Amino acid sequence: MNELVFFINNVVISGSVSGSIYAIGAVGVTLIFSIMRFAHFAHADMMTFGAFMVLLLTTAFPAAGASLGVPTAVLMLPLAMLLTAALAVGIDKIFYKPLRAHGVKSIVLVIGSLGVTLILQGLIRLFSGTGAQSLYVDDRKEIFRLALPFEGARAPIVVTEPQIYLFVITLVAVVALHLFLNRSRLGKAMRAMSDNPELAQASGINTHTIVAVTWIIAGALAAIAGTLLSLDVTFKPDLSFFLLLPIFAAAIVGGVGHPYGAVVGGFVVGFAETLAVFNWSVLLRPFRDSLPLWLELPSNLAFVGTEYKIVVPFFILVAILVWRPTGLFKGKVI
Amino acid sequence: MSNLSKTRNPAYTPQDATPTRSFPLRELILFGVLLVAVLAVYAIMGAAYSTRMLVEAACYAILALGLTIQWGYAGQFNAGVMGFVALGGFCAMFFSVPVNDAFWGTALPGEFGRVLLYGAAAILLIVGASKLDRLGVPKPLRTFITVVLGVVLYLVVISQLREVTDAIEDQAGFVGGLGLPPWIGWIVGGALAGGVGYFIGHICLGLRSDYLAIATLGIAEIIKAFLKNSDWLTRGTATVSPLPWPTPGPAELGFTLSRAIYLSFTAVIIAVIFFLLNRAYNAPWGRMIRAIRDNEVSAAAMGKDINKRRLEIFVLGCILMGLGGGILGTFNSLFDPQGYLPLNHTFLVLVMVILGGPGNNLGTIFGAVAVYIIWIMSEPLALFLMQLAVMFGESAFGWDAPSNMDSRALQARVLVIGLLITMVLRFAPKGLLPEKIKSHS
Repeated sequence: MNELVFFINNVVISGSVSGSIYAIGAVGVTLIFSIMRFAHFAHADMMTFGAFMVLLLTTAFPAAGASLGVPTAVLMLPLAMLLTAALAVGIDKIFYKPLRAHGVKSIVLVIGSLGVTLILQGLIRLFSGTGAQSLYVDDRKEIFRLALPFEGARAPIVVTEPQIYLFVITLVAVVALHLFLNRSRLGKAMRAMSDNPELAQASGINTHTIVAVTWIIAGALAAIAGTLLSLDVTFKPDLSFFLLLPIFAAAIVGGVGHPYGAVVGGFVVGFAETLAVFNWSVLLRPFRDSLPLWLELPSNLAFVGTEYKIVVPFFILVAILVWRPTGLFKGKVI
Repeated sequence: MSNLSKTRNPAYTPQDATPTRSFPLRELILFGVLLVAVLAVYAIMGAAYSTRMLVEAACYAILALGLTIQWGYAGQFNAGVMGFVALGGFCAMFFSVPVNDAFWGTALPGEFGRVLLYGAAAILLIVGASKLDRLGVPKPLRTFITVVLGVVLYLVVISQLREVTDAIEDQAGFVGGLGLPPWIGWIVGGALAGGVGYFIGHICLGLRSDYLAIATLGIAEIIKAFLKNSDWLTRGTATVSPLPWPTPGPAELGFTLSRAIYLSFTAVIIAVIFFLLNRAYNAPWGRMIRAIRDNEVSAAAMGKDINKRRLEIFVLGCILMGLGGGILGTFNSLFDPQGYLPLNHTFLVLVMVILGGPGNNLGTIFGAVAVYIIWIMSEPLALFLMQLAVMFGESAFGWDAPSNMDSRALQARVLVIGLLITMVLRFAPKGLLPEKIKSHS
C-alpha cells in the first residue's frame, strides 16, 4: 500500500503540478503562434517576469494576505498578471511590430524573440540577483497530509497549499479561456484571425486589437504559470531555458494553434516527465518474493535519471514531429 | 509564402547590385578600425592577454562561419550552437588526454564492451520485432510487442550500464583519453557534431523553420546535461585539464610565443575554410542554396531537391561548429561541461553573424573578431560602471548596495547582447558588411 501512496505522491500529484504549469504556458505559446505565426521564445521569461513581479509586490506588502487568509503571493497575482500583460503589449510595440511591418520571415521574429529573452533575463537578474528566493515572504507554506483509510498504509498522501491553488487556478483559467474564445465577440474574432488572417481583416475585424488582446492573454497566462511554479518551488531567475522545451513540446503535441490541444499536451509532457524519472522498482517491490530466482530486481528502474529530465520533452517532440507533425489534435498552422 | 513576399520591405529583399567591381571602401574602413582596436588592446592589456583574446576570437570565427552558412546561405536558424561546440570540445578532450591505466588495465573495458554488445543486440531485437508484420503477425499486435520489448530491453540495458559506469567511477575515476594528437579529436568532433546535425535536420528541415530552432535549443541542453552528468566519461563538474596542444605549449616557449603559434595555426585553418566556402558560395551549388533561401517555391519548381540541399548545408554548418569547438577546447586546455553557456556559445555567435553580415564570409569574420573584443572588454567595463553607480548611489541617496553587485554587473552583458540582437534585426538587418549579390544582367 505504501508503494501505491509513493506512486500517487511522486507521479500523480507531481505530474499534475508540472502538467498544469506546462499547460498554461503552452496555451500562451500556441495562441501567439496561431495569431502571429511565430514561436515566441521569450514566453518562459515572461513567466519569470510575472513571478518576479509577485515577488516584488509580496516583499513590499508582506502582511497583505494575512487579513484575508490567503498567501500574499496569491493575492498579488492579479496585479502581476496586469503588469505582465502590459509588458507583453509593450514588447510587441517596441520589438515585434516594426519587424512585422517590414514583412520579415517568421524566423526573423523568432530570433527577435530570443533577443527579447536575453533582455528580460538580463533585467530580471540585474534587479533580483542570481540566487533563488521563496515567494512565501511572511506566510507559512501549509502542507496537507491525507492519511489513507486502508490497513497497512502508513505513509500519507502529501499535498502542499500552493499545489491546491495551482489546480484551482489552472481549472479557472482554462474554463475562462474556453468561455472567452467561444462566447465573446473578441474571442470569436481571434479564432477567425487564426483561421485566416486576410479573410478576417476583410470582414472588418481590427487585427491590431486582436494582436493586442492576444498579448494581454498570453502575458496574463504567463504570469500565472510563472507565479504558480515559483510558489511550488522557489523563484529562480534562470528557469527559462529549462521551461522552453517542455512548453514548446506541449504546444506541438497538442497541435499548434489549438488551445485545448495545448492543455492536453501540457499534461502529456508533465506526466511523461514524472513517469520517466519514477523509479519503477518501488512498485515491483511487493512482488519481490514471488519473482523467480533468476530475475534479480535492480534497485533503480527509472527510465532516465532526474538530471536527464529534459530528454523527455525532447523525445516527445521528436516523436511527434516524426509521426504526426500536426499534433494530436490537428493544429492549423504548420 | 506568396503573401509575405508581396509585403516585403526592400531593405530585406536582395536587390540587383551594380555589376561593376567597386572599390571595397567599407571593408577597408571596418578592418582598419578593427586593427586599431586590436593594437589598442595590445597596448593596454599586454601581449600575452591580447594574443589569447585573438586566438579565442579566431575559434569563434570558425563557429560564426558555421552559423553564417546555415543562417546566411540557407536561412536556417540554429539556436543550439552551444551543443555542437560542447561536442567538439568533448572530442578534443577525449582523444588527446593521456590514457588512463586505472581503467584500461582492469576488467572494466571488457564489462563496458559487454554492455555495449547487449545494447546492440537489444536494438537488433527491437528492429526485428518491428518487422514482425511481414511474418503475418497483425499490425496492432506487432506494435504492442515492439513497444513492450523496447521498454523491457531498454530498462535491462540501462540498469546494466548504470552498474558499469558506477564501477568505472569508483575504481578508475573516469575513462580517460586515448592519448592521440588533438587534431584527430577535432576531426572526430566535427564528424560527431555533423551526425547530430543530420539527426536533427532530418527530422525538422521539412517542417516550419521555427521547429528547427526549438529542436536545436533542446539538443544543446541535452548534450550539456549528458556531458555534465556523465562523470565516468568526462569527470563532470570535476573538469579535465590540461589538454595537450598540437603546437608547443606555454611551458616550453612562454605564453606569448606559444599562443602566437597557436594563433597562426588557427589562422591557417580559417583561411582554408574561408577559401573553400567562398568557392562553394560562387559555385552552382551555392547559387542553388541561395535560390532555395530566397524563393523556395520557384527553386522547387526548377526541380531542386530542397530538403536534401537544406540537410547538406545544415550538416556542413554543424561540422564547422564541432571543429571550432574542438580547437577552442584544446586552446582553453580545460574541459568544463558547465562552462558551456547559451549566452557565450550560442547568442554571442549569433550576434557575430548578424552584426557582421550573414551570408558574407568576410563580414562574418569581421563580426566575430569585433564582437569578441567588445565582449572581452565589456567585463571590466561592466564592473567599473556598476561600481560607479554604487558609489554614486551611496553618496547621493545613502543607498545600501547589495553585496553581490559583481555578479549582477556581469548579468548586464546578457542585457546588452539581447539589445544588440533586436537592434541589429530592426535597423541593420543585412549587417555591417552585407552580402553582395551578383547580377548578370
